[in-house]
Amino acid sequence: MGGLQKKKYERGSVTNYITRNKARKKLRLSLPDFRRLCILKGIYPHEPKHKKKVNKGSTAPRTFYLIKDIRFLLHEPIVGKFRDYKVFVRKLKKAYGKTEWSAVERLRENKPTYKLDHIIKERYPSFIDALRDIDDALCMCFLFSTFARTGKCHVQTIQLCRRLTVEWMNYVVAARALRKVFISIKGIYYQAEVMGQLITWLVPYQFSHDHPTDVDYRVMATFTELYTTLLGFINFRLYHSLNLLYPPKLDSKAECELKEENEEDYALNSECYLEKLSALSASLARMVSSAEEEEAQLDQFPDEMSTNLGKREQKEQEAQKKLFDGLKFFLNREVPRESLAFVIRCFGGEVSWDKSVCIGSTYEVTEETITHHIVDRPNASTQYINRYYIQPQWVYDCINAKIVLPVEDYFLGVTLPPHLSPFVEEKEGDYMPPEKVKIMALQRGEKPAQEQEDEEEEDEDEDEEEEEDDNDDEEEDEEEDEEESEEKNLKKMEKQRSQVKVTPGKMKVENPERLEQEEKAEEKRLAIMMMKKKEKYLYDKIMFGKKRKIREANKLTAKRKAHDDAEKANKKKTRK
Amino acid sequence: MKKVREKTAKKRSKEEEEEEEEQIFNFKDKPAGKEEEDEDLSDSEESVFSGLEDSGSDSEEDEKESDDNDDEDDDDVTAVESKQPKQTEEEEEKEEVVGGVTEREEEEKKEDEYEHDSSDEEDIRNTVGNIPMEWYKDFPHIGYNLDGKKIFKPIRNKDELDDFLDKMENPDYWRTVHDKQTGSDIVLSDEQVELVNRLQKGQFGDVNFNEYQPSVEFFSSDVMIHPVTNRPADKRSFIPSLIEKEKVSKLVHAIKMGWIKPRRVEDDTRGRFYDLWAGEDSSILGRHKMHLPAPKIPLPGHQESYNPPPEYLFTEEELALWEQQDASDRKLPFVPVKFSSLRQVPAFSRFIHERFERCLDLYLCPRQRKMRVNVNPEDLIPKLPKPKDLQPFPTTQSLVYRGHSGLVRSISVSPSGQWLASGSDDGSVRFWEVCSSRCMKTVQVGGAVKRPVCLSTCRPHSYVASSCECGRAVHQVAWHAKGDYLASVMPDHSSHLQVLIHQLSRRRSQNPFRKNKGLVQCVSFHPVRPYFFVATQRSVRIYNLVKQEMTKKLQANSKWISSMAVHPGGDHVICGSYDCRLSWFDLDLSTKPYKMLRHHKKAVRGAAYHRSYPLFASASDDGSVIVCHGTVYNDLMQNPLIVPVKVLRGHVITHDLGVLDVTFHPTQPWVFSSGADATIRLFT
Repeated sequence: MGGLQKKKYERGSVTNYITRNKARKKLRLSLPDFRRLCILKGIYPHEPKHKKKVNKGSTAPRTFYLIKDIRFLLHEPIVGKFRDYKVFVRKLKKAYGKTEWSAVERLRENKPTYKLDHIIKERYPSFIDALRDIDDALCMCFLFSTFARTGKCHVQTIQLCRRLTVEWMNYVVAARALRKVFISIKGIYYQAEVMGQLITWLVPYQFSHDHPTDVDYRVMATFTELYTTLLGFINFRLYHSLNLLYPPKLDSKAECELKEENEEDYALNSECYLEKLSALSASLARMVSSAEEEEAQLDQFPDEMSTNLGKREQKEQEAQKKLFDGLKFFLNREVPRESLAFVIRCFGGEVSWDKSVCIGSTYEVTEETITHHIVDRPNASTQYINRYYIQPQWVYDCINAKIVLPVEDYFLGVTLPPHLSPFVEEKEGDYMPPEKVKIMALQRGEKPAQEQEDEEEEDEDEDEEEEEDDNDDEEEDEEEDEEESEEKNLKKMEKQRSQVKVTPGKMKVENPERLEQEEKAEEKRLAIMMMKKKEKYLYDKIMFGKKRKIREANKLTAKRKAHDDAEKANKKKTRK
Repeated sequence: MKKVREKTAKKRSKEEEEEEEEQIFNFKDKPAGKEEEDEDLSDSEESVFSGLEDSGSDSEEDEKESDDNDDEDDDDVTAVESKQPKQTEEEEEKEEVVGGVTEREEEEKKEDEYEHDSSDEEDIRNTVGNIPMEWYKDFPHIGYNLDGKKIFKPIRNKDELDDFLDKMENPDYWRTVHDKQTGSDIVLSDEQVELVNRLQKGQFGDVNFNEYQPSVEFFSSDVMIHPVTNRPADKRSFIPSLIEKEKVSKLVHAIKMGWIKPRRVEDDTRGRFYDLWAGEDSSILGRHKMHLPAPKIPLPGHQESYNPPPEYLFTEEELALWEQQDASDRKLPFVPVKFSSLRQVPAFSRFIHERFERCLDLYLCPRQRKMRVNVNPEDLIPKLPKPKDLQPFPTTQSLVYRGHSGLVRSISVSPSGQWLASGSDDGSVRFWEVCSSRCMKTVQVGGAVKRPVCLSTCRPHSYVASSCECGRAVHQVAWHAKGDYLASVMPDHSSHLQVLIHQLSRRRSQNPFRKNKGLVQCVSFHPVRPYFFVATQRSVRIYNLVKQEMTKKLQANSKWISSMAVHPGGDHVICGSYDCRLSWFDLDLSTKPYKMLRHHKKAVRGAAYHRSYPLFASASDDGSVIVCHGTVYNDLMQNPLIVPVKVLRGHVITHDLGVLDVTFHPTQPWVFSSGADATIRLFT
């Protein structure tokens, strides 16, 4: 036996991983510091392919980091800052203990701080990378900006978050980048398309939060620290890409319009500007005059690559961007002002509200040219003749449908049609709510069906459903069907034979299509029998998933049908 | 030295003050005293001696000094009360005070004052000191005078009635004060009453004192010729302080060593943003190759809407189920709710939780790259020749042979294809005409017939060999192709006499095996060559009858072989097993099965090859007979093609038994099957 004995767990995948505790010891950091570092640097555990091998034969649950990641952390300058901070805290404590106030003051002035710019640059080497990862940043900033200025986090953080989110919304308005909106029970989802990236974020409703006790706010604060920096740089870049001034300035023309007498009553001077920005009612100042830019935008190169379909899509998008062009909205009280103002301005509408609701209203209720008045009450006290009084859902539904929907269904006091999620894209075989079908018909340019037709449609729908059901049944029960029929035939024959009685035969009408189908089904079944074990397993799994989907869809249709029937019965009763 | 002296002087003067104060206080009743306490605290006794009280405002120095003196106040007389003597004093020495008086002068003056002070004698009525007088409640006396004699209480204590009468009748009642220490009533004089009134109003005690007389500015912006005091300046006032020097040098040293950093300029670059990606470099760190971006949060569906379509709302059962389920098992993390208008939508209570969980996922959750198979299930199905192209094969059930009353264990067809023999558990062997399904003859054989029938295959005359229970159960009989030999199987664990070969022409039996090699399930002769197949529980052995040795052992890869059939060509064998499998052996390839067919759901009971058509069939307990097409090519390079062509059903499952035996018609592509439902069926 020559050579040294090979030791176990010294080569192979073990050498690529390190447990969390070991990593922490290697970095000489406390657990909170390690956590903060991981959050900031975007280091996360990896699941090794063979956990037992990496765990040196043990099956204890451990989290593993890539050893390369940890080595990479060793050279992070921020680690030094963490240590400085630790020393600072220790000194401060000592000074407090000795009641040396001058020392405390001096220490406080020299409090170590760190910047995250280099980390952002390192984590996101290109701008697009950063944009791709901005969803969580936006969600978090929007959440923090709604926090009350109580002890949960620093007031500066809240203010910064508010500032950044307002900047972001202003950018989306200026770029007309919004695509979809969805009012959910959690909050309002927005989806924008920025530089080809779809960015979705969720904004909570404007209520004070009931702060849970089982949430570690330090973790969230660390994330927010990173996210605010990221969002700030992204905003800067985005504003410059649109030739807008950053930090955003209101258009001088618009600013004059916004000047009001009661400005001072509303907010402090320092906060006033941000409030005006967040009102979203005025356009932003540009670095170059807007006329030139538009000219530049006008000439487009004929793109050879873009197919007909692509062109159509582009056209559609353009149309969607100008969805509310020329419409003038007025927001009543009790509607979510910020959301509606943001959404309407994103699609080119003009919007205003009562002076006392918020700063930045541009026109009064009495304005003659207002086309839509958004009210969230069963009835309005004073109604002007030349405008529609509608509920807020209309605006959101229009955006999702990409057309201006008829307003009849959204008048005050009317039961609203369901609000559908624009994020669901039904594939073949998926359940599609009838409202979606209607909207799609409207999109195709078909006239909205009258009530009589409506009923007919419903009938048709039902028929279709039944057919579907039949098909499903067939698929499942075909085998049994065949058997049963054959058995029956045989029994009949036997009976006939035993009775020795001649009865006139019946022409057996054979449906050639059906026969063919059956044949094919059988062929398939036989082929499935010949599948290999592995493939069969996979196939069965896929088919199981498909069947479940169908079952769910069927359940939904059945539920809907039951509901509609109950509604109809109710209606009839009330009529009688 | 001087300071010490000052202090002693002060101390003395204080004592004196207190005495004076008591003097006054004795004449007053308590509530008045309490009122005094509320007066301004800032005025300290010290101001009396500073000689500057006329200036009206107390300078800071005074306050500081007063701090020091507080420590010296051992008596519980508060600083506030000491204000009183100040004023009385003032009365006495007013003329002296008005001018700027140096400390020294002041001192002298105080000493003078002390000399003629007679306050000691005045307050010697009771020597008990400052104690609660209740302690003397039960004694006839109230204390002791200077001579040590008891001071007795007035003979009769006033009760309330006396008090009232006094109040009503005595015109001086309002100015009468009860002295607790002596227990006597004292009537205040007019001057004293006046003094009390003035003090209560917060005025100076002295009537003649002018509060508003013009003040003299000592410390003004004007530079005066003469110093305010003519005290010679201290040495320390023109020599640089050593202590300060030490302190400064320490600081300088600390700065030099870098221990103290200069005050930082306020760093406002934190909230300032710039174009971070200005010089965009496409260099990707090695780390980014391994980077697995976190999956995005799934987008909401219709059910999350504030106003979802009605079908997405939970019914009561669904809601109950949702509540019962564990949070991790739930399909939806929330209950869909419908609100009639946007105004009624409340805040989502778990919003912060969800964000926090997302944060945890981002930095705590281990990530792994998972390949998701995106296969079209249709692609998984193997492409086989269409059964239509592989015709003929049996497709439909055409005849049923009824007559047996027990399960039909075995069937066999005559070489001509005209007759069918069947053996059943009812103890009979029946002969049927194949085309008419008529029972031509029934032969009763004693006992239950087990595997009774086998017909000779290529001889013009047909023998039927049936076996019955004679001592031991004969499991199977098999004919040699020439019809002269007959092999019978009696499965037995212990014996080596499991297989016997009988020769018809010589009417002789012989035992081919010397040793027991396992439980024999079935045997078969090779159709052309002198080989003999023996299927034991897990393997098939092939013996060369001429050389009298084992040539091959086939591993069936199944738990328990039930049946076996040999291809008419002789190079292929199929084995059915009780664990639902049918294994196809290619004797030229290997001893392992060429293909395992798992077509049946239950145990395979029988297997058969067609003699001329490339067909084979297997019968199973699930009540089905599966007919497969199995072409065997002469080309050795090409593997046999196996395609299932038809699943024949018809037999009814009784007592968990389905089809028990299967045979092909010798010439037609027909298949017979016998089942546990006591029928034999013909599929054509």
